[in-house]
Amino acid sequence: MLLEARDLKKHYPTRNGVVKAVDGVSFTLEPGKTFALVGESGCGKSTMAKLMLLLERPTSGAVVYDGQEVTAMRGRALRRFRRDVQAVFQDPYASLNPRLRVGKIIAEPMMAQGDLDRGAIRKRVAEALDVVGLQPDAARLYPHEFSGGQRQRIAVARALAVRPKVVILDEPTSALDVSIRAQILNLLSDIQDEYGLSYLIIAHDLALVEHFSDVTGVMYLGNMVEQGPTASIFDTPSHPYTQALLASAPRPDPDHHLPTDVIIGEIGSALAVPSGCPFHPRCPKRFAPCDSENPERRATAPGTWARCHLLHGPDTAPGHPELHLSERTRS
Amino acid sequence: MTAETTRLPDHGIGAQLRSLFGDGFPWISAGILVGVILLAMVGPMVSPWQPGALDLRSAFQPPVWAGGAWSHPLGTDNLGRDIFSRIIAGTRVSVIVAFWAILLSGAIGTIIGMIAGYFGGWADTIIMRLVDMQLSIPPLALALILAAVLDPGLQAVVIVITVTYWSWYARIVRGEVLSLREREYVALARIAGCGPLTIFARHLAPNIVNTLLVLATLQVGQVIIFEASLSFLGLGIQSPDISWGVMLADARGYITNAWWAITMPGVAIMLTCLASNLFGDWLRDVLDPKRKQL
Repeated sequence: MLLEARDLKKHYPTRNGVVKAVDGVSFTLEPGKTFALVGESGCGKSTMAKLMLLLERPTSGAVVYDGQEVTAMRGRALRRFRRDVQAVFQDPYASLNPRLRVGKIIAEPMMAQGDLDRGAIRKRVAEALDVVGLQPDAARLYPHEFSGGQRQRIAVARALAVRPKVVILDEPTSALDVSIRAQILNLLSDIQDEYGLSYLIIAHDLALVEHFSDVTGVMYLGNMVEQGPTASIFDTPSHPYTQALLASAPRPDPDHHLPTDVIIGEIGSALAVPSGCPFHPRCPKRFAPCDSENPERRATAPGTWARCHLLHGPDTAPGHPELHLSERTRS
Repeated sequence: MTAETTRLPDHGIGAQLRSLFGDGFPWISAGILVGVILLAMVGPMVSPWQPGALDLRSAFQPPVWAGGAWSHPLGTDNLGRDIFSRIIAGTRVSVIVAFWAILLSGAIGTIIGMIAGYFGGWADTIIMRLVDMQLSIPPLALALILAAVLDPGLQAVVIVITVTYWSWYARIVRGEVLSLREREYVALARIAGCGPLTIFARHLAPNIVNTLLVLATLQVGQVIIFEASLSFLGLGIQSPDISWGVMLADARGYITNAWWAITMPGVAIMLTCLASNLFGDWLRDVLDPKRKQL
């Protein structure tokens, strides 16, 4: 394993109480593979990206890179981490400093490493631009002289030029025009194959993840509720939340209608995470233990697990969910 | 989709200058400020009289339009010294004080504000409580205390003004850095392994230069008034050294029979401040139309 989250927690104390943005998430990213974190806005997936990138320190738990805990890294180990783990963010208008030329933006990580001379850096900048399909002349221009898709290519070139092992992609296509998304994703796939990179992709767009990632983890309110090989998650989702997410994704099928009664209301507040299973207030299948006990992980398929009482308890539950559902709709 | 087809905007200095000196350039304010700076540099060469030369026989001569002679266009004071020459000599103190006080308070305040805004946490808390304390002390009370410790003079004036004004810069720079540090490219610079100094120099400083420039220009006027006040109270420049504040202090005993002796340096102060404020307003509008509260 290359990059690992071990029972990560990030709690922010605020005036109104503690926000549990991430509350005990674990996963591992294997070399050359792609791990996808999916979930609604506010589920803590962007906080996860910040923790994995050492932009924030976890409240407890650890981020482990190549066997070493990153918060304990100093000196050379830290510099190596800063080279090996790069990132591409969502908004290519915000992630490129408008006052720097593209060449300097791409060169920045190499300059921070300090082990290459200017000539070598310039060569690598040109190479990186070539890999992402831009002219070498682009290095002399400023970010505002490019379109959104071109800017995202520049952001990818920057992450790539320093020859990392892991790239963390935080919603890499959601700020782009639909027509550009596929281009960027294909580019990222090609680069992964060519350089043997590992990706941690963070997305709310399930369609994007299905063909792009090897392993998928579904987050809800700071918790990982289901995790496993992407195919298994998409074919046989076990957790009601995963099922609801999949059911609500639009499909290119005129006969497919979005379900109307699967999931109730909005994502809860990380300030007041519900007792028991964090999903239970919205769950159409909740029953007795859901509001008091947070279910443990339970294997559902090879390499796949989910946290749901339905998987623990006997299948006698079916009578109850309908009851709850009808009660709710009446009130 | 290649960069070649992207049209290059005009980065030329010519185009930038043309837009700068287009409509609305405050020619009069800029002229007054440039004039004051020039006089501070070449003053002794153009002044008609020795600014300190006494001539008791021609004491209390009125300005030329009030019945005086062209030999003393703005009149003379109680010791027969030429007011016009003394105003020219006074520009030197004003310019030196404004330059050093703004440079020092700006540099100190900027560094402190950057540290507070970027690192946050307890560093921010301590620094901002210091700023609050600083802002709660009336500047003149602080000047009195410092004057008791320091020898009065140019240096003391610069120190007093620096101690008074650094907190302004610190507060504004902190606010700017607080929002800038959340920019994604700053996060990416950290991910790339850039240290705080690189991030300050490459990503933060260029974005606050405009704000600092505007603040500094607007402060020229205040600093000149501050210097005059300190010198007037005898805490700054001491007679026979010449500054506009000293001239006011010297002339206030004769205000009833020689109004011009105190009015002329007052007008000089007013014009310079007005020019710096108008120029600063214009600069603010040109550099950052969104920011109106400076």
